[in-house]
Amino acid sequence: MILSENWLREWVSPELDTEALAHLLTMAGLEVDSITPLAEGLSGVVVAEIVSSEQHPDADKLRVCTVKTGKETVQIVCGAPNAAAGLKAPLAQPGGSLPGGTKIKKAKLRGVESQGMLCSGAELALSDDHEGLLPLMADAPIGTPIEEYLDLNDQLIEIGLTPNRADCLSVLGVARDLAVMTDLSLKVSTIEPVAASIDDKIPIEVTSSEKCPRYLGRVIRNVDVSRPTPLTIVERLRRAGIRSIDAVVDVTNYVMLELGQPLHAFDLEALNGGIRVREAESGETITLLDGEERTLEAGTLLIADHGKPLAIAGIMGGEGSGIGSQTRHLFLEAAYFSPELIAGRARQYGLHTDASHRYERGVDPELAYQAMERATALLLECVDGDAGPVVDVTSPSDLPNREPVLLRKDAVRKILGIDVADEEIVRIFTGLGFTIVPGEKCDTWECTAPSWRFDMGREADLIEEIARFVGYNNIPSASLSGATSVGSLPETQLSKEAIKQRLVGRGFSEAITFSFVSPELQQYFDPNLVPVPLQNPISSDLAVMRTSLMPGLVAAAAHNIKRQQSRVKLFETGLRFMSGDTVTQQPMLAMIMCGTRLPEGWSAKAETVDFYDLKGEVEALLGGATGALSFRPTVLAGLHDGQTAEILLNNYAVGVMGRVHPVTAEALDIPSGTYVAELSLAEISQAPVPDFQEISKFPEIRRDIAVIVTRETPAQAVLDCAQRAAGKSLAQALIFDVYEGEGVDPTAKSLAIGLTFRDQSRTLTDDEITASMSQVIESLEEKLGATLRQ
Amino acid sequence: MQSLDEITAEATTAIAGARDIASLENVRVEWLGKKGRITALLKGLGQLSEEERPKAGSKINEVKQRLNGLISDRKEILQQTAIAEQLASESLDVTLPGRSENLGALHPITRTIDRMVKFFVALGFDVVEGPEIEDDYHNFEALNIPMHHPARAMHDTFYIDKTHVLRTHTSGVQIRTMETRQVPLRVICPGRVYRCDSDLTHSPMFHQVEGLLIDRDVSFGQLKGVIQDFLNAFFEQDSLSTRFRPSYFPFTEPSAEVDIQCVKCAGEGCRICSATGWLEVMGCGMVHPRVLEMSGVDAERYNGFAFGMGVERLAMLRYGIGDLRLNFENDLRFLGQFR
Repeated sequence: MILSENWLREWVSPELDTEALAHLLTMAGLEVDSITPLAEGLSGVVVAEIVSSEQHPDADKLRVCTVKTGKETVQIVCGAPNAAAGLKAPLAQPGGSLPGGTKIKKAKLRGVESQGMLCSGAELALSDDHEGLLPLMADAPIGTPIEEYLDLNDQLIEIGLTPNRADCLSVLGVARDLAVMTDLSLKVSTIEPVAASIDDKIPIEVTSSEKCPRYLGRVIRNVDVSRPTPLTIVERLRRAGIRSIDAVVDVTNYVMLELGQPLHAFDLEALNGGIRVREAESGETITLLDGEERTLEAGTLLIADHGKPLAIAGIMGGEGSGIGSQTRHLFLEAAYFSPELIAGRARQYGLHTDASHRYERGVDPELAYQAMERATALLLECVDGDAGPVVDVTSPSDLPNREPVLLRKDAVRKILGIDVADEEIVRIFTGLGFTIVPGEKCDTWECTAPSWRFDMGREADLIEEIARFVGYNNIPSASLSGATSVGSLPETQLSKEAIKQRLVGRGFSEAITFSFVSPELQQYFDPNLVPVPLQNPISSDLAVMRTSLMPGLVAAAAHNIKRQQSRVKLFETGLRFMSGDTVTQQPMLAMIMCGTRLPEGWSAKAETVDFYDLKGEVEALLGGATGALSFRPTVLAGLHDGQTAEILLNNYAVGVMGRVHPVTAEALDIPSGTYVAELSLAEISQAPVPDFQEISKFPEIRRDIAVIVTRETPAQAVLDCAQRAAGKSLAQALIFDVYEGEGVDPTAKSLAIGLTFRDQSRTLTDDEITASMSQVIESLEEKLGATLRQ
Repeated sequence: MQSLDEITAEATTAIAGARDIASLENVRVEWLGKKGRITALLKGLGQLSEEERPKAGSKINEVKQRLNGLISDRKEILQQTAIAEQLASESLDVTLPGRSENLGALHPITRTIDRMVKFFVALGFDVVEGPEIEDDYHNFEALNIPMHHPARAMHDTFYIDKTHVLRTHTSGVQIRTMETRQVPLRVICPGRVYRCDSDLTHSPMFHQVEGLLIDRDVSFGQLKGVIQDFLNAFFEQDSLSTRFRPSYFPFTEPSAEVDIQCVKCAGEGCRICSATGWLEVMGCGMVHPRVLEMSGVDAERYNGFAFGMGVERLAMLRYGIGDLRLNFENDLRFLGQFR
């Protein structure tokens, strides 16, 4: 909300400069977002009157005007279309300056001298209107400095109000809080009712009093809407960001800004019969003031006449029943609508108006009376007319009930940690308009909130008010008390942090990608899954929840490769979202790598990574559990058919890894040698607590053999077979060479196996080892058709 | 026949002349070996008379010992020379880079979360996590934000369906924690949150760290104390200037926003702090009694505070990152700076 400082000071004016005032508001919860001085740099501009206006001899679009400045009569050349005799407009005189720094000098325009410049609203930084001169009121005193006449020595204070402070959506509201902060009283006298000069009224019927507990209406006849809105009102509206429409609408807006009560004026002659405040029937339509027709949902509260809807209550008026240039008689409305019943309606129709903003948050139900009188008085001043009596339809039982709330001094002490003097508590609440009386028990009070506060339902609300006015920064910091307990230290859980640190130690950097991805990208990896879509995605690229972390990492790799990073090693942890009856949100870890095995250097061979590099990373990551780790060939969308494996931990699938499919890699602009893995974080976070085994004091003996098997035989099968046959003294079995090529059948491969034997209690004999090795060879021959390579 | 002195002189020259260990060994064998010339002299002692023998014997032994000493001295020198030569031939250019994988880096967001968590864990807070697709009840309703509450409009919520949203804050984890744990409790919840807003200063996904403490007799002053201590620790300052401003969150009361003095301009006013000298870093407040009641906590016996901070904001201030979007581009030239 933008507030004119001068307007605020009409209500309460503490002896503080603008900065200090803003600080005070901010520190009381009315956060000042900005302070903008009006017309800064303006000087030497006065109210002037055009006496005559003639065509420039050498320029079609220029006029030569004779202008009275109060002291003298000068000649001004001007291009504005409205530069006609009789108009009063701002004149910037030689030696003066305009906001933005333009200095004014005498000048010749197409050979004709101009002793200054007549100004538009835009040139004075008062509006966006460049088209014509800023027209001033006919009674504007010639020669008066414009900043004085237009009250331009003002600052615009923009306040970011929180939704609970509907009571501050007006000059009155902010002034009320400011008065308590500064211990001053409001300067404005009470608003006098306007006595009815005619008896005219129209019937008002409220069929939904729950939603509209109060509706006030008044007929005002014989208004003259052709009269301009007084400049003060136009200026104040403009400073609050509201455009001037006509005097009637301007007055209703002015009263809304001043007091906080939205008002609406109807053209009396457009009303059929009388006012009915009722709920819409499904399918009814109304064309609103924004020119658009809307089909109403049943239950929407309407202001209607006996034939048709006139307005959506508390949101926007309809076309056709509003004020126009032909309007002669008015019907002025001031109502109270229940916030909880009106909330959400404007949004539903794609609308957000000054009125709906206030009604949703809560308008003072008692304010309608004052606002009605204030608006009537202003209207009579501006457009004349004869006011009828106010018709008041109120359903007291539907009005919000302000129950007294108990405030306990010890609760204040407990929650804020300080003691606040009784007098101060009474002063704060009295100033805020509460009724405060001592409670039954000592050191308690019964506080009843004023009608304009909708956020004071319980003691905590009252304590917050005390804290606000005491000042948060005057509440001393304190230390925590209370016992803390250290839980168990679960060693069987490998923390996410530890997993991340392992990966970082091995050269992977952590990526954070969005949890929503492009459906097209996701299709490459999970073509058969239906992802969870967002109802309102920010873009089609971020439209579905990811079913895998791979697409995000692939996109991150592509981003880096486009930026000349040839070597990429990234990982990410986060949830994937699997649709089903309920969405499963599963924490995952994904890794990606491509490029050379080691950073480029004088000694590194420029070998690119392959499947076994990433497999090695997976094995290293799950190092504590490698014994139980195994890999099984599989086929997955987006990955290379021959270089993809399922990762199993204790024979339970915990993830997948593989090379990105060459077609996918090409489509996504990443190298074909890109490898990805994705593991379930929960499944890999189990780590056994180390169980120490005695170290053998006896020597170990190693025997190596090479066997020929078919190319299709998995190395794991050979190892498993050898391990089973070798007997219990086998300590380790490993494959230390794989050979295909010359000297070996083209359908076969040679595997070199190293077997290490050891016993806990004695030195093994040569005979024992030889016997074990015979069993191994025999078993490999028998089970896998292997032959010993000589 | 040569005199013993002549023999000694000849042997001494030979020892000194040996250029390596092998030729020195040859010299030793020639003179002191089983068939060596000194050994032969000793063997020749038998030809001398009983009286001459001891004298001559001791002289020869003296020579033998001297030569032995000379040989071992020479050997020492030759060994040292050999090692020195080996070392000289094996010397490397130590300025060439080492051979290894580079260290990767944790994302600055993770790094920041880790520092925050570390502080609160030391104060006895447990780390908890929650779902990111959250139901309406936990994201709004139970936090005192009923349907159509104006605060909802400020959340720019991503909707999954009528009753589920992408969580707009980590505050829902407060509720889940109170539902499952016994009071008193202290938890901290880092995680991703989502708002349907994307421009220079808004990312549709960002991170928050939420904290909740429920105990008996918790005061706003204690909340201030904890937050002040945290900010001092986080920015590694003895007493960072902070201010607490009244604000509004439906789930806390009193509610506050916390500003720190601008870390860039030290309060002078600059572009980072929009010339105000202050930077808003978090929201906090005393847990609203209604929130406690809805989650089954006895609001008369227990109260508490909650706070929530934007991780990106704090990370960017801490490391001087100027553009929010860098956090989600995953550019290695960016990530690599956080090793």
